[in-house]
Amino acid sequence: MSRLAVLKTYKLYIGGKFPRSESGRVYEIVGSSGEFLANAALASRKDARDAVVAARGAVSGWSKATGYNRGQVLYRIAELLEGRRAQFVDEIVAVEGVNSAVAAAQVDAAIDRWIWYAGWADKYVQVAGNANAVSGPFFNISVPEPTGVVAIIAPQDSSLLGLVSAIAPALVSGNAVVVVASERFALSAISLAEVLATSDVPGGVVNVLTGSPAEIAPWLASHADVNALDLLGAGELDWVDLQIAAAETLKRVLPPEGGSSAAAAAPSLERITAFTETKTVWHTKSLI
Amino acid sequence: MSFLEYAAAPESTALLNLQSEYGLFIDGEFVAGSDPTFSTISPATEKHIATIATASAGDVDAAVAAARRAYEKSWSTLSGRERGKYLFRIARLVQERARELAVAESLDNGKPIKESRDVDVPLVAAWFFYYAGWADKLDYAGLGASPRALGVAAQVIPWNFPLLMLAWKIAPALAAGNTVVLKPAETTPLTALLFAEIVQQAGLPAGVVNIVTGAGETGRALVDHPDVNKVAFTGSTAVGREIARSVAGTSKRLTLELGGKGANIVFDDAPIDQAVEGIVRGIFFNQGHVCCAGSRLLVQENIHDEVVERLKTRLQTLRVGDPLDKNTDVGAINSAEQLQRIRQLSDIGEAEGAERWSPACDLPTEGFWFAPTIFTNVSTSSRIARDEIFGPVLSVLTFRTPAEAVAKANNTPYGLSAGIWSDKGSKILAVADKLRAGVIWANTFNQFDPASPFGGYKESGYGREGGKQGLAAYLQAAAAAPAVSATAATAAPAVSATVTKEVAR
Repeated sequence: MSRLAVLKTYKLYIGGKFPRSESGRVYEIVGSSGEFLANAALASRKDARDAVVAARGAVSGWSKATGYNRGQVLYRIAELLEGRRAQFVDEIVAVEGVNSAVAAAQVDAAIDRWIWYAGWADKYVQVAGNANAVSGPFFNISVPEPTGVVAIIAPQDSSLLGLVSAIAPALVSGNAVVVVASERFALSAISLAEVLATSDVPGGVVNVLTGSPAEIAPWLASHADVNALDLLGAGELDWVDLQIAAAETLKRVLPPEGGSSAAAAAPSLERITAFTETKTVWHTKSLI
Repeated sequence: MSFLEYAAAPESTALLNLQSEYGLFIDGEFVAGSDPTFSTISPATEKHIATIATASAGDVDAAVAAARRAYEKSWSTLSGRERGKYLFRIARLVQERARELAVAESLDNGKPIKESRDVDVPLVAAWFFYYAGWADKLDYAGLGASPRALGVAAQVIPWNFPLLMLAWKIAPALAAGNTVVLKPAETTPLTALLFAEIVQQAGLPAGVVNIVTGAGETGRALVDHPDVNKVAFTGSTAVGREIARSVAGTSKRLTLELGGKGANIVFDDAPIDQAVEGIVRGIFFNQGHVCCAGSRLLVQENIHDEVVERLKTRLQTLRVGDPLDKNTDVGAINSAEQLQRIRQLSDIGEAEGAERWSPACDLPTEGFWFAPTIFTNVSTSSRIARDEIFGPVLSVLTFRTPAEAVAKANNTPYGLSAGIWSDKGSKILAVADKLRAGVIWANTFNQFDPASPFGGYKESGYGREGGKQGLAAYLQAAAAAPAVSATAATAAPAVSATVTKEVAR
C-alpha cells in the first residue's frame, strides 16, 4: 500500500513569518492540465500594507550591513537552493507543465543568478560611484545607496527564474522588497520564501505576496512608504495607471519592457543601480 | 558714518544691449510668438525690462520639429569631438560676456550682483567647459561602448538660477548628442534669450538649441509633446508630480529636481564662527530661493543660545537692497507671488507659536522685499519646519544626540541636501551615511561644481545633474531598449538566455 503524501500549506511570507492572508481568502493553484495542486493565500490590501511595514522596518539593518556581509547572505541563499533543487524542479514541472530537464535548467539558472548578484554586493559601489575633482579645496565623493522599500511585480511567466531576477538585484544594495509573485506559478515563490526564512536574510527584507497582482499592485503603487516600483511583471496589468499612482510620492518606477518579462530581466548592473540613489558628500580640506 | 554704511556702488547697466522685445528662438532665428506677449520686470523696482513672446502649442510644435530636424540632419551626424568644440566655444563666449550676463541676471531675477557675477555666471561657463570635454568620451560615461543620445530633450527650468539652470540642462544634453527645446521661467526669461544670441555667435547648427518663453501653459505643451524623448524639469514638487503623471506610460525618459527642506546640523564641537557663516550661506544665499537651502537649522541644544545670538549679530550686518549694488548681500524676492507665499508661511509660523526675529533693515518701497528672518522655538510639526518656504526664512530646531539629529533631519518627505558642522571627522562621516539626502555638505554649504552630481532622494525628485551621472541622464546604452550593459551580458551565466526563452513559452 502506497503512503499518503503530506501536502504543504502555502502561505504568505511577511516580516520573516508565514501568515495566512488576513482576509482568510485562498485561490487554487492548478497544474498544467488543470488538476488541483494547492490553495495559495489570496493576499489583500491589508496584507500588502503589513508587508510594507515589515519591509520598512528591515531597511535600516539590511542597508547598514556591509557589502561583504550582504554578499555572503545572498550567496547562502544559493547554497540552500542548491540543496532543495529537486523540490523546485518538481514544483515547476507540476505548475508549468514542462519536462524535468527544462525545469532543472530554470532552477540552475536561478541559482547561478543569485551568485552573480551576490558577488556585486561589495562591488557595485565602486563601479557606480566616483570621486569628483571639484574646483576648490574639497574632498568630494559620490556613492550609490539603496532607495529603501521596493515593491516588485514579479514576472508572471516564470516560477523561479523570473522571481529571482526581479528580487535579487534590488537586494544587492540593501533595499527591502515586497514582491507580488506570479499568480499562476506561485508555489516556487513560497518555497523560495522558506529558503529565505532558513537562510540568513533578516525577516522583512523580502516579503512575498501571492494572489492577484491586478488587485494588490494599485495599493503598493500608491503606498506612501514605498520608494520604488518595479513593474517588470506588470505588462498585462493597467500598468500606466500604476505609474500614475506612483507619481504622487515621486516613486522611482521601472516600467515593463515588453515581451516576456522573465527574459527582459536579464542580469545587469542597471537593475541594481535602478534602485539606488547617488549621494554626494562634500568635505572641506584645510589649507596648509 | 558707521562701518556698515557705504556709498552706493551700483554695477553699471551701460554694457547691456537689450532689445525692447524678444521673440522665440526657434531653428536658429528669433521669431514672433503666436500668443499675447508679456513683460519681464525687475523685481527690485517693478520696472519693465523687455517684452517677451509667449509660445503657443503651435510654436512649441515648431520648436520640437526644429530640434528633431537638427537632431537627425546635423547634430547626431557630427562627431563627438566637433560637438565638444561647439560647447567649448559656448563656454568661452559666456566668459567673454560674463559681466553682461551677470548684470542682466541680477536685473531680471533680483539676486545680488556679487552672486550672479561670482557664482552663477562662472559656474555657467564651468558647466559648458566640463561637458564639452565629455562629448568625445561618451564610452566612459558608464553605459558601455558607443552609447547613444536620446533624441530631443524638453527642458523646463525655474527662476531662481535662470542661466545656471539652463547650463545644467543644455550642456550635458548637447554633449551627449541630443538637441533641446528649453523653456525658461516666466519671470526670468532674459538671460536665456541672451544665451540664444550666444548660440548664434557660436555658429551652432540651427535647431540644436531652441528657447521658447511663456508661462505654465507653454511648459505643459512642451513636456506633453509626443515627439520629445527626454523631459528634464527643475522646479516645485507639485509640478514635478504633474509631469511624472503626464510622462507615465510614454517612452520619455524623465529627470526631476524638485523641492527640499534641507537640514543644517550644527554639533557642539563645530567651529561656531564658520558654522554661522555656513548657516547664513545656507539660507540667505540667493534670498533663500534655493531648492537645496539649509532652511532647517538643527543645533545641538547646549549651544543653541550661543549660536542664535551670534547668528542674530551676523544678520545685522547683512545688507539688503539694490541687487545691482556690489555691496548687497540679500537682493529682491523674485516675484509678488513668491513674496506673498513667504509672508503667508511666516505668518503661519508665528501663529503656530514660533518666535520670529528679523534685523532692523530699511527695505526699499518699490519692488518685492523680505527681511532675513529666523524663527526659534519651532516645533517639528510646524508648517515652517515642514513646507518649503523658498525665501530668506530660517527655522531653528534643537537636538541632543547625533541619533536625534539624524531622525529630525530625515523627518521630511524631501531629501535634497543637508549640512553637517563638526570638528570630528568620524562623526561627520557616520552622520552623512545616515542622512537620506542627495547632497551633503560637511563644514560648508551650497557648493556647486559641474563635476559633482546633484539631485534628490524621495520627493525631491530623481536623476542627477552634474558629473558622469548627469551625462548618463541624457544617454542610452548601445544595445536596444532593455538597458543591459555589455559587461553584464557577458558576465551572466551563459545558459540563462536560452533557458529563459524556453521557460517563457
